[in-house]
Amino acid sequence: MSSPTATARAAGAPAAAPARRSGPSARAARPGRRRSSLAGLWFVLPFAALFAVFLVWPVLAGLWASFTDRSLASPGAEFVGLANWREMLGDSAVWQSLWTTLVFTAISTPPLVAIALAMALLTNRAAAGLGWFLRLSYFAPFLLPVAVVALIWEWMYQPGFGMVNGLLTAAGLAEVAWLTDENTVLAAIAVTTVWWTVGFNFLLYLAALQGIPAYVYEAAALDGAGAWQRFLRITLPLLRRTTGLIVLLQIVASLKLFDQAYIMTNGSGGPGYAARPAIGYIFEAGFTGLRIGYASAISYLLFAVIAVVSLVQFRLFSRKGETA
Amino acid sequence: MRTTHPTPPPAPGRRAFLAGGLAALGLGLAGCGPADTVLSGRRRLRQWNLFTGGDGARMVQMHDAYRREHPDIDFEPATFLWGNPFYTKFAMGAAGGRAFDIATLHVSRIRGMGAGTLIDPVPTDLLAEHGITRDTVLANVWDKCVVDGELYAIPLDTHLVVTYYNREVCERAGVLEPDGTLVTTSGEEEFLDVLAAVKEATGQYGIAMDTTQPWRQFWSLYRQLGGEMSFDGDLRLDDDKALRSLDFLRRVSEEGLAPQASDAPGTPANFQNGICGLMWAGNWEIATFADAGMDFGMRPFPDIYGAELGQGDSHCFVLPHRRVPDDAAVAAAVGYAAWMLKHSITWAGGGHTPAYLPVTRGDDYAALEPQSEYRHAAADVQFDPEAWFSGSAAPLQNEASAVLSGVHNGSVTPEAALERFKAAARKLIDTPEPV
Repeated sequence: MSSPTATARAAGAPAAAPARRSGPSARAARPGRRRSSLAGLWFVLPFAALFAVFLVWPVLAGLWASFTDRSLASPGAEFVGLANWREMLGDSAVWQSLWTTLVFTAISTPPLVAIALAMALLTNRAAAGLGWFLRLSYFAPFLLPVAVVALIWEWMYQPGFGMVNGLLTAAGLAEVAWLTDENTVLAAIAVTTVWWTVGFNFLLYLAALQGIPAYVYEAAALDGAGAWQRFLRITLPLLRRTTGLIVLLQIVASLKLFDQAYIMTNGSGGPGYAARPAIGYIFEAGFTGLRIGYASAISYLLFAVIAVVSLVQFRLFSRKGETA
Repeated sequence: MRTTHPTPPPAPGRRAFLAGGLAALGLGLAGCGPADTVLSGRRRLRQWNLFTGGDGARMVQMHDAYRREHPDIDFEPATFLWGNPFYTKFAMGAAGGRAFDIATLHVSRIRGMGAGTLIDPVPTDLLAEHGITRDTVLANVWDKCVVDGELYAIPLDTHLVVTYYNREVCERAGVLEPDGTLVTTSGEEEFLDVLAAVKEATGQYGIAMDTTQPWRQFWSLYRQLGGEMSFDGDLRLDDDKALRSLDFLRRVSEEGLAPQASDAPGTPANFQNGICGLMWAGNWEIATFADAGMDFGMRPFPDIYGAELGQGDSHCFVLPHRRVPDDAAVAAAVGYAAWMLKHSITWAGGGHTPAYLPVTRGDDYAALEPQSEYRHAAADVQFDPEAWFSGSAAPLQNEASAVLSGVHNGSVTPEAALERFKAAARKLIDTPEPV
């Protein structure tokens, strides 16, 4: 189980690159260059084959499965038309889990962007001797596997002897049953997720910050702009494209919440299913309930939500870019 | 670039080489196992199980002994992660019909995993040749392995929720018998008195239980009240008895006798840390405390409503459905299962009570402490109600855990929790059966 952010990026990046490259070369093909463009095709072929076998085909097969009563436990499947889709629309668990996913996205994305920016600003100015250490420590949690992260935080959240509650009681506050209370479990998982994955956004911001030339700041300082004004008028606008990218990737990653929520609630989805995300319900329907057909239908609903949210977000940011 | 195009290398040759290499590799890999077996004349026996941790180590120990005694069998066990990951693979493997010759399963999942479709009946005559019959195995467990008059599983053990007690704490609380075992109680009040005394001794709580998975506690209490539950067409359960069971759980938490929140990893930790002197948990936690060198004992689930009944299940061996009958493979699989049952004294080290009676009646088992303290509980183990969605790690337990856990921390009243549970169970009844 890789991190949601990592999979999002791994799936997105290579998919775009070869498509862009093969396009112009195919159009520019002239008789004399035919051989070389054919050779190019061979280079694209390994990727194209994998793309077709592991992405295009499963996507189509999943769509077909959503119209059948396919079960994990029996070989055949019968076409049932829109029965799965109709059942899904009337299934309150689908909407509850989808809502959980959206709430998680809403509460996890802002801190994952803001904290990453804050950390990047801090380390960007750090002294040369200490900089590498700070950058490493901010990024380090991202390198941990999800099971390790979930385990660490499960123990930290324990009532009675966990660190978080220990700090609360030391400060004279009441203990909170973080992972077993309907009202706190999702927030607790969001905090864990922020700690775990903020490092990647931090890295993107740090790279963008280092790309801003020093003379821009120098000129602003000469014009009498203070530190806060320089941040507002120079740093933030110049980071706009990076912010757009980070927000988009983060929203998609947050919408794909599953592994940490599954592990931290021991697969139960939390009290009252307060921490069962959409993928959690898809997993339950497909793998606990063995109903692959029904699970496919729900996964298409989630796919639609992710596509719509990404498109809206993309349009919002690109329009801002034009007016700037 | 002077030469516009370098002479293309003999491409077909290279491709042919690569393709040929891949094909050869594939052939080699595919041929590995069977070819080996065919050449050596050993029978191949593939076993799938879901045991990791302490249980896994004990199973490996037994398998090593099995291999030493059976040089003629090429034994290949494969371990998968407990719960869903295993059951998913089991269903897919059995549906394919070629994946394994024998597998472990929870008895409560036989229906859900397709007795008759994915799972083949066990030839009882063959089993009897090895001395395994209804008379030599716990009868209540054997009967659970029978579906529509056919035996579908060979039971290895019984495991159930029991009471653990910290001897040092209980001694201070004055709730030990002179022989060092926990006092026997009867009824709600007697047990609550014990909890109050233990709470006094620990200064924090009396008992810990997994509040994120209340099904075990609930089903134990509900069965003690004589409650029944069935899902044939419609949900049938006894509201009054269910409410009484849930209310007892609420009361224990509300009176501060048990932590309001204690999850799966937290519960044994609470017991080990001495935050509480008692714990309700499955007997498989035994190794954790034994390894920690704790002075503890175990008793059956207490008699709250008339009998010491505890929720539980049983690990068993099942034979997958074969598209092509293979009597020799079935014979080898049954022989293996019988061997495991007869050597289950090793297995008992993990807290599970062996189903094979000659083992539990032997002196070796009587000497096992604290396993022998609760051995009689196995005869009364309370299995989950029967449905394709019930049993260990199945949807019903998941639903129950999610809706009932609020009772422990007081966020949901027993009445509201029961209504939610009934709604969840009705939804499962309406779900088309996937097997």
